[in-house]
Amino acid sequence: MRISCPYCGQRDVVEFTYQGDATVERPDPASIDQNAWNAFVYDRANPAGRHRELWQHSGGCRAHLVVERDTVNHVIHSVAFAGEKQSPKTASKRKSPSRRKAAS
Amino acid sequence: MPVKVVGFVKARGAYVAYIRPRTYRFEASAPCRTEGTMAEYSAFSLLRNAFNGNRDWKPAWRKPEPKPSYDVIIIGGGGHGLATAYYLAAEHGISNVAVLEKGWLGSGNVGRNTTIVRSNYLLPASTRFYGFSMKLWENLSHELNYNVMFSQRGILNLAHSPAQADDYIRRGNAMRLSGGDAEWLSPEEIGRTIPGLDVSGSARFPVVGGLMQPRAGTARHDAVAWGYARGADRRGVDIIENCEVTGFLRDGDRITGVTTTRGEIRAAKTAVAVAGSTGRVMKRAGIDKLPIESHVLQAFVSESLKPFVDTVVTWGAGHLYMSQSDKGGLVFGGNIDGYNSYAQRGNLPIVEEVMSEMVAMFPSVARVRLLRSWGGVMDMSMDGSPIITTGPLPGMYLNCGWCYGGFKATPASGFSFAWTIARDEPHEINAPYTLDRFHRGILIDEKGQGATPRLH
Repeated sequence: MRISCPYCGQRDVVEFTYQGDATVERPDPASIDQNAWNAFVYDRANPAGRHRELWQHSGGCRAHLVVERDTVNHVIHSVAFAGEKQSPKTASKRKSPSRRKAAS
Repeated sequence: MPVKVVGFVKARGAYVAYIRPRTYRFEASAPCRTEGTMAEYSAFSLLRNAFNGNRDWKPAWRKPEPKPSYDVIIIGGGGHGLATAYYLAAEHGISNVAVLEKGWLGSGNVGRNTTIVRSNYLLPASTRFYGFSMKLWENLSHELNYNVMFSQRGILNLAHSPAQADDYIRRGNAMRLSGGDAEWLSPEEIGRTIPGLDVSGSARFPVVGGLMQPRAGTARHDAVAWGYARGADRRGVDIIENCEVTGFLRDGDRITGVTTTRGEIRAAKTAVAVAGSTGRVMKRAGIDKLPIESHVLQAFVSESLKPFVDTVVTWGAGHLYMSQSDKGGLVFGGNIDGYNSYAQRGNLPIVEEVMSEMVAMFPSVARVRLLRSWGGVMDMSMDGSPIITTGPLPGMYLNCGWCYGGFKATPASGFSFAWTIARDEPHEINAPYTLDRFHRGILIDEKGQGATPRLH
C-alpha cells in the first residue's frame, strides 16, 4: 500500500502512522455530555468500503493527513492535509499559505 | 541478569506439590459427555467400514434447505457460531436452530488462525473465562467424538529484560492464583527446552527468562469447526452454507428474523457471531456504531522441517508467536497490519517485519522458505476483550470483539453464548463481557493500551 503525501509524493505505507477514524467528532472541551465523550472515545462506524481516516507521515514531513481509503480493497481515493477538514479559523492558524498551495 | 522470583518454585514440575489448582465454582455445569460405544467414529466403525468398502460413511453435516422459521438463528458458521449451535443443542435441548454461513463452513478465522490455545491472562475476568475454555479443550475430542488434535505442548513467553520478566511473573502469579498453571523458566531451562534458541548473553536480544504455561498448546483448527458442525448437525441443527444475511426482519424494535440470499427466515432469537464482519452485519440491523474496528492480521507457514521446536514460543522483544505443526511447517504470525481492513489480505511491510523477528529469534531459519501466507479480518475491540451479550436490540444476541485471540476461546465462547441465548442472561464467565462496559467505564483491558484497537 502506498500513500500519496501532498508534500512528498507517493511513499510506502511504512513511513506513515495510522491514527484511526477521521470522522469521529471531538465534543467541545467544556462539554459535560457523557454520551458524547463516550461516543468520541469508543464508538466507531467501522465501514466496509470507503473510510476517512487519519495518517501521519511520521517517517517523512510529519504532516497529519486525512486519507479516504477503501477498507475492502485498500484503494486510496484521496489524500489531504488534516487541517483542511477543520474550521477555517483553526486551519489558517496551523498552515502557512505556501503549504496550502502545495496541498492543492 | 538476576531476576527475583516471587511465588514460583523454580524446578519444573515441582509446583504441583506447592500449589493445588483450585476448581471453579461452576465446574459441575461443565459438560462431560461421551458418545460411548455407539460413537460414529471409533476403531470399530473404522474396521467395519474397511470391510464394506467405506460405503457407510455419512457426510459430517447435511446440506439442508432453510426452513421458514427456527427457534434460534445463528449468523456465522465459524468456530464460535458452530460451537454455540452445538452447546444450544447439547446443553439446553434447543436443536431447532439454523447456522447461516455466507461462504463455506469454517472459511473465516477458524481456518485462518495460528491454532494456538492458551489461557495465560492477567485479569480475573480473563483468567476465569479462558481457564474455563482450557478445561473444555482438554475434553473436546472426547466430547465431540472428533479428533481435534489438541496437543498440550505448552506456550513459552520469552522475556528479554528484567522489567518484562517482572511483568510476566506477575501475570504468572495471577494465573496461579486463579487456579491456572504457570512456571518461570531460567535461560538454562529454556535452552534445554528449545535447543535452537540462543540463550547466551551475546544473543541479539538476550533471554532473561520465560513464562511457560504447560497446559497450553495447539489444536487442528479445521477439525474444531468440523467437529462442532457434526455434533450440532447430528442433534438436529441445520447448517446452511452459501446463505448471506442481507437484512433483518423487525417487529418494532424487536428482531424477528433475517432476510438472506436464500429467502426469509424467521426466529424468536437471532444471534450474531461474525467476528470481523460484525460492523457489516450490524449495520443491516441499524446499529451504525460499535466499539469495534476490523483489522487485518496475517499468518505464515514455512516449508516442512524436521522436528525443530516442540512448544509454542512467543518472542517478547517484538511481537511474534511460533509453533511447529505436525506436518513440520513452522506456523507463525506477528502484529496486525494496523489499519482498518476487511480485505483478508495484508501488505508486505508486515511480512518483512514478521520474517525479521523470526530470524532475530532463530537465526538458523533464515534460509527456510515460506510456503504460504494469508490474512484474516479481526474484530478489534476498544479494550482488547470480547463482547458476549444479549442485545443490543430485543430478540438479538451479540458475540464479537475477539481481537486476534478468538480461536482459543471457541469452546467457552460457544458454551457461554449458548447459555446467554437460552436463558436470556449471561453465564457467570461471560457476565463481565457486556457491550455497555465501554460507556460505563468498566473495561477489561489486559494490556492497558486504552481505546486504541490497533494496539490490542
